[in-house]
Amino acid sequence: MTVRVAIVLALVVIGSVAFHLLSPWWWTPIASNWGYIDNTITITFWITGVVFAAVVLFMAYCAYRFRHREGSSAAYEPENKRLESWLAVGTAIGVAAMLAPGLVVWSQFVNVPGDATEVEVVGQQWQWSYRLPGKDGRLGATNVKYVTAENPLGLDPKDPHGQDDVIILGDNLHFELGKPVKILLRSLDVLHDFYVPEFRAKMDMIPGSVTYYWLTPTRTGSFEVLCAELCSTGHPYMRGGVVVEAKADYQAWLQQQKTFAELSPPTKASALKKEGVTR
Amino acid sequence: MVDVTHGVAAPVPAAEVGDVELYHPRSWVTKYVFSQDAKVIAIQYSLTALSIGLVALVLSWLMRMQLGFPGLLSFIDADRYYQFITMHGMIMVIYLLTALFLGGFGNYLIPLMLGARDMVFPYVNMLSYWVYLLAVLVLVAGFFVPGGPTGAGWTLYPPQAILDHTPGHQWGIIVMLVSLMLFIIGFTMGGLNYVVTVLQGRTRGMTLMRMPLTVWGIFTATVMALLAFPALFAGSIMMLLDRLLGTSFFMPSIVSMGEQLKYGGGSPILFQHLFWFFGHPEVYIVALPAFGIVSDLISTHARKNIFGYRMMVWAIVAIGALSFVVWAHHMYVSGMNPAFGFFFATTTLIIAIPTAIKVYNWVLTLWRGDIHFTVPMLFALGFIVTFVNGGLTGLFLGNVVVDVPLSDTMFVVAHFHMVMGIAPIMVIFGAIYHWYPKLTGRMLDDALGKLHFWVTFVGAYAIFFPMHYVGLLGVPRRYYEMGQTAFVPSSEHTLNEFITVAALIVGAAQLVFLFNLFWSLRHGRPSGGNPWRATTLEWQTPTTPPPHGNWGKELPVVYRWAYDYSVPGAAEDFLPQNQPPTPQTP
Repeated sequence: MTVRVAIVLALVVIGSVAFHLLSPWWWTPIASNWGYIDNTITITFWITGVVFAAVVLFMAYCAYRFRHREGSSAAYEPENKRLESWLAVGTAIGVAAMLAPGLVVWSQFVNVPGDATEVEVVGQQWQWSYRLPGKDGRLGATNVKYVTAENPLGLDPKDPHGQDDVIILGDNLHFELGKPVKILLRSLDVLHDFYVPEFRAKMDMIPGSVTYYWLTPTRTGSFEVLCAELCSTGHPYMRGGVVVEAKADYQAWLQQQKTFAELSPPTKASALKKEGVTR
Repeated sequence: MVDVTHGVAAPVPAAEVGDVELYHPRSWVTKYVFSQDAKVIAIQYSLTALSIGLVALVLSWLMRMQLGFPGLLSFIDADRYYQFITMHGMIMVIYLLTALFLGGFGNYLIPLMLGARDMVFPYVNMLSYWVYLLAVLVLVAGFFVPGGPTGAGWTLYPPQAILDHTPGHQWGIIVMLVSLMLFIIGFTMGGLNYVVTVLQGRTRGMTLMRMPLTVWGIFTATVMALLAFPALFAGSIMMLLDRLLGTSFFMPSIVSMGEQLKYGGGSPILFQHLFWFFGHPEVYIVALPAFGIVSDLISTHARKNIFGYRMMVWAIVAIGALSFVVWAHHMYVSGMNPAFGFFFATTTLIIAIPTAIKVYNWVLTLWRGDIHFTVPMLFALGFIVTFVNGGLTGLFLGNVVVDVPLSDTMFVVAHFHMVMGIAPIMVIFGAIYHWYPKLTGRMLDDALGKLHFWVTFVGAYAIFFPMHYVGLLGVPRRYYEMGQTAFVPSSEHTLNEFITVAALIVGAAQLVFLFNLFWSLRHGRPSGGNPWRATTLEWQTPTTPPPHGNWGKELPVVYRWAYDYSVPGAAEDFLPQNQPPTPQTP
């Protein structure tokens, strides 16, 4: 009867491994340079999987071999220093084998390559907007105090760098295939998180700060954007889209986009300009 | 040296700390209601925690219904869903697990296991429970205030926690913060008691390195809680001020739905640091008592000394200390300075080493043991499996770059439920089956207990193991519904239905446990004083259940460590801690 426990423990291991191998639920095909992250996950799966199977199978063996029977008794062994030390050292090596590649990849993740172009993503309940630098290659300054119906992203109307910024409202963001891009993240209201599963990367956006991450798109296609940080009731509906395309298509798309100056109603823009002068 | 007594020992006179007549109860009210007896307070804590835990269980059913069968229960709209997940999380982590381990098991076991008559400050101990009860009542009041309880997620991240569009922003969040502050006040009163009792209230011969690991776990967790909870307290006060007086501790300049708010200059991320400075130690505040208790369950029911006792003690202390320098691993993608990632990933993975040592020592205790598959032992085995599983997935999330794709997905939900939900609850059940005879003088029904175990263990594993893969796929957590999403195959929905059905079954199995708890009170098999033939002092009381003052005229004197099971040459396979060494030639 009591052998049952050992069998169930062994079945837990077999079932878990089988589920892992046969499960149709696995990460999405990657569309960025962060295959290193997938590799680190694979290493981690191997090490932790072996440890899990070893520990639980050992338990199953003990549960079978040392189950109580008439007349059986336990050994008396308070300590075994050598065994304890070996186990500690072995664990430390396994941990280092996961941590070392992890830290190397993290250092790549946080160090943006010099040739990356900048894109700004702005989150607000519950929509995504985007801004690209214009011909001057620089994004203009912003502040939430400038946010109005006409200037929904809060660009500083006095900053000349902002005038040629490309503004994308309620539409998809496009990326050029193979071109590293630094994604600057800004929120107007609460925490959000710009999350495209196929890119692997994600980062919270915090009102009052600008956060970032970078990636190189490696596969053309359309991908869904989700919000990954709870942002009140509309959180699950805060969706958007990104399109990765070859250079020519990307340039064609870029030509059709409007700049901040083009979007600002002329009267309003000049009024703001006047206001700027009087200040 | 391991504290094993052999050879001749000098006779030790009995401890002469007399019973104190002063505060013995004089009426039914002071005996059962406003009681200063740690054992009664323990039962009050436990029953309150289990009751509020039932609310959390029902909430988990409701949220699983929404995820598995969206739209079937039409009253669950998005607002309610977020209120349910918030209250479920908060209740489980704080009002159930923390209260039950420290207020429940701590109160019952510390004085009894250490050979003390009671906690050192019985009156403050009583107040601790009543403030806790008040905190629970204020928490429950959240369900009845206008707008309902807060739906900000159990992490209560500002700015959304106090802004419009978050359910419960009217009253719910205020009630939540007040309840948390009350809880912390109540806990501090109890916690100081537990610490001082361990340090000052031990009976003669009970050195620190002879204490059962249960006491070590509860003691270390309490010290940690006393250091960690103040961070949450400070955070709660500041958020309350932001909400009520319009201060801007956590609130930067914000445009909400086109409207400029009157906040500015605050830092949302400051709250996250305060929250997790509490929140990560909190994981171990729940885990360490479970580690301690499960060590004693395994040792007793395998009839073998715990393997590597001193290593186990130092692992508990090391984990407790390290857990204060890992908090920001909850914030890898929060937008904090990314350089922090290097430090916190390293500390987090280092903590895996003492934790792994504990796991090895549990399974090595089974090795060459004499394993009785009692219900407490089954739950202890269930704990090891779920804890190892959840601990290993922690190595994914702790390794900063691996956390990036997995953070805020269902993988995280699966991980923390396995490691700090299912695993500690396994220990709680095992502990209740183990110590119920001491509380009542009767055994819990064995057949019902085994049914309860198998359904809970297999069912909980079936809920949370596959859930990791939903997260790996990329499904975010805290989604009221996924709707049509390109990367999510329809089979994922089938899996969600399966998980929901498993959750309903596991939930129902807890009703069997509740029935057992009440039925055995009258009909359980009489247990006698020491049904498990255990060594620790609580099983050696002159009467069962122990009366106020625990020990009658004289306190027990301790001669040995807590793990003298199957000692070669001994007449029985256990030697109680208060059994004097038999004179013999070494």
